[in-house]
Amino acid sequence: MIADDDEKWLAAATAAVKQNAFYMQRAIDSNNLKDALKFSAQMLGELRTSKLSPHKYYELYIRASDELRSLEMFFRDETARGCSIAELYELVQHAGNILPRLYLLCTIGSVYIKSKDVAAKDILKDLVEMCRAVQHPLRGLFLRSYLAQVTRDKLPSIGSELEGDTETHMDALEFVLQNFTEMNKLWVRMQHQGPTREKEKREKERNELRDLVGKNLHILGQLEGVDLVVYRDTVLPRILEQVVNCKDELAQCYLMDCIIQVFPDDFHLQTLDVLLGACPQLQPSVDIKTVLSGLMERLSNYAASSVEALPNFLQVDAFSKLNHAIGKVVEAQVDLPASSSVTLYLFLLKFTLHVHSDRLDYVDQVLGSCVSQLSATGKLCDDKASKQIVAFLSAPLEKFNDVVTILKLTNYPRVMEYLDHDTNKAMAIIIIQSILKNDTRIATADEVDALFELIKGLIKDFDGLTDNDEIDEEDFQEEQNSVARLVHFLYNDDPEEMPKIIFRIRKHILTGGPKRLPLTIPPLVFSALKLIRRMRGGDENPFGDDTSTPQKILQLLTETVEVLADASASELALRLYLQCAQAANDCELETVAYEFFTKAYLLYEEEISDSKAQVTALRLIIGTLQRMRVFNVENRDILTHKATGYSAKLLKKPDQCRAVYECAHLYWAEEGENLKDGERVVLCLKRAQKIADAVQKMANASRGASSTGSVSLYVELLNKYLYFLEKGNPQVTGETIQSLAELIRSETKKAESGAGTFITSTLRYMEFQRQQEDGGMSEKYQKIKMEWFE
Amino acid sequence: MVLVLALGDLHVPHRAADLPPKFKSMLVPGKIQHIICTGNLCIKEIHDYLKTICPDLHIVRGEFDEDARYPDTKTLTIGQFKLGLCHGHQVIPWGDLDSLAMLQRQLDVDILVTGHTHQFTAYKHEGGVVINPGSATGACSSINQDVNPSFVLMDIDGLRVVVYVYELIDGEVKVDKIDFKKASTSTSAP
Repeated sequence: MIADDDEKWLAAATAAVKQNAFYMQRAIDSNNLKDALKFSAQMLGELRTSKLSPHKYYELYIRASDELRSLEMFFRDETARGCSIAELYELVQHAGNILPRLYLLCTIGSVYIKSKDVAAKDILKDLVEMCRAVQHPLRGLFLRSYLAQVTRDKLPSIGSELEGDTETHMDALEFVLQNFTEMNKLWVRMQHQGPTREKEKREKERNELRDLVGKNLHILGQLEGVDLVVYRDTVLPRILEQVVNCKDELAQCYLMDCIIQVFPDDFHLQTLDVLLGACPQLQPSVDIKTVLSGLMERLSNYAASSVEALPNFLQVDAFSKLNHAIGKVVEAQVDLPASSSVTLYLFLLKFTLHVHSDRLDYVDQVLGSCVSQLSATGKLCDDKASKQIVAFLSAPLEKFNDVVTILKLTNYPRVMEYLDHDTNKAMAIIIIQSILKNDTRIATADEVDALFELIKGLIKDFDGLTDNDEIDEEDFQEEQNSVARLVHFLYNDDPEEMPKIIFRIRKHILTGGPKRLPLTIPPLVFSALKLIRRMRGGDENPFGDDTSTPQKILQLLTETVEVLADASASELALRLYLQCAQAANDCELETVAYEFFTKAYLLYEEEISDSKAQVTALRLIIGTLQRMRVFNVENRDILTHKATGYSAKLLKKPDQCRAVYECAHLYWAEEGENLKDGERVVLCLKRAQKIADAVQKMANASRGASSTGSVSLYVELLNKYLYFLEKGNPQVTGETIQSLAELIRSETKKAESGAGTFITSTLRYMEFQRQQEDGGMSEKYQKIKMEWFE
Repeated sequence: MVLVLALGDLHVPHRAADLPPKFKSMLVPGKIQHIICTGNLCIKEIHDYLKTICPDLHIVRGEFDEDARYPDTKTLTIGQFKLGLCHGHQVIPWGDLDSLAMLQRQLDVDILVTGHTHQFTAYKHEGGVVINPGSATGACSSINQDVNPSFVLMDIDGLRVVVYVYELIDGEVKVDKIDFKKASTSTSAP
């Protein structure tokens, strides 16, 4: 197995290194230069192997270079003892094979530099040139790595004690640049070694070695004297030259990223066009977006961390450069999938939001660039791209937390056009959630229009087609409920602006179709009713705009609720008509209120056929009518008469009975003496009692079956009589109540009524009232002669 | 000590977008043993939300409730107290104390919880106690224009119930409390 062989060879080589190192050390200890050199050369000979994988070679290299440290110290000690360096330098070159020779040369070379006998520059130049002799990629890379490592502390870098003048700095710079260039060449050459089928393996191995090359850039970053000018004029161009010319995807990708990570952010800012200019020159297969996104992310963080740097961004016009660069990349790489180009714009957008959050025009520009790009590809069917666009559109939402700001971005809706239907709706929901979560107020009619434009995927059917079976019922309801909740955030205190908002909302909602209207119209109606009540409360403005009177708005509501009635949401429509009637009542608009009641009644007659629904609807009608004060006698009579009529015609007799006795309240209102018609009240109660009699008869006939209901009806009636007795209805006499009470007693004797507790509590109440100390109540109750108490 | 949350008339999404955030942060799951709701939620999402606060949820039907299966009235016993629940649009005249008293006699309960007026009330009469928790969202009502969001928490302990009312006034939650005692366990009269 290859892996096992690898291990074996490494073990063997390591053993040899160890052994030679041992002898070398012994020679060093006895100051035996000749032997030290001999054994060190032998030891380094192990590095001549071709058998090891890069990973294993590295392990060997580490061991060997470690041992060389003691050799280096020995050389230093020797020179201190008076040995001439030049001689040493000469001596090591007698080593038999070139690789050990060069390792030794580097070792002694570094001592030489430190001695300052010869100009550092000469030695460095010498060394970096001589290493050319090793053209084998793996061995060459490690050799040069050793060179870099061993000279590192002899270069004037930040924090070292070696100062120097500009010349020294430039020499050091030149040395590192050259070493870097050669190392990169070797590294790239590895790609082409060996058969094509092992390409993947080679790339993996190359990846393992990349830091050896990258190290040089780190060293450059640490060198003294590499200021902005030097970086811009020398360092960057040289590095980029090598990067571009090597035409190797792996190298380019890694090195671009390295450059971005190693050098300071303000350098990047000032050399932005150079850096960006290199991008289109790179191999097409290079993942540019990672490079650019890395750059943009660093710059964003830079802007975030230092406020003083912000003006620099504007000064170098970083934004347009990046925008332009991305445009070029996208243009050049025709096969770039939509998701990738959107990702690029996403990073640019994030950059813009970080650095230029006050420049909405920049944000809009980025959106615009994305739109142009998407217009080339058309509507997206690609899931990945859709996800990216959602992230793209969500970024400004999350940054600003204010949909009103988003509404100012003219290109925002245009980006949304490119989403497929489902994603478009999902995005609309995200926008609504933002409003709900941040309690954002949309305060003008125009903003309402802009907002509905963004969420139109939810508001109406897509391109004339209906969603049909595709959509889940529950999901649909949740969607529309979100829209309904939204309505409460479309609001302005200004009585001039708010009616306009109402009109606009209505305009949009009415495009929704019968499935949506029952969910979206109610909040609109209630918002309008709230407005009306506020208008009523405010000062009357005789010169106000015609559209903003309560009457006009109620007119609008009539037409709106009508639409609901047509969409077979009759019960809901009836309820809304009644709500509107109450509002009209509060505004003293009698005709309007009457109109609403007419519509409600017509709906009741024509559309509400389910008996249970009728009972509830009628109860609501009676309850609403009971509170109306705006009607004149005639109108009130007509409506009351109708209501009583409906009551008597309910399907089930007990329901009839109850509805009829409730109608009694229509003839009695607390405020105003003319609203109290004692006779009519009693007529109602008597009529109800007749119905209860009929129920009782049926119950007695069919002994046992549902007989409980009817006695309860009598007790309810009794309670109603007591109610009106207390209110002072002169027509409610003690006798009426007495006879009813007796009737109850006799009926309960006949059979189990089930209304026992009700009777008990009623009687207890009556007794309580009789005992009342304030004369009025007990006086009334004294009228009732009830000798029996259970 | 049994905690009962009474609330209703939320009217989501017709008249309000959601409960006030300050209320939501107070209504923590696991603290309350029962919820009684006067109705008009109006949608399933609110039902589900209430269920997360406490699984023992009792609801009666309001006239705008989406789910038509809620009953018109409900009675339940908690500790020594019999509670009755009814939205209140069925009781005419709306909000009339005497008519509500009649309903209370009919249901034979110590405490009647009812809504519809969106106005908090808690009072004692011959037949027992009537509590209206108001509107938990502050939804507008045709009966009452000036609505502050409110809900009620009842602490039932033996023969005593302490009614805490929480009202959101000008952005601050204000609490008030009222004590009620019942005389004995046998009858429902105080």
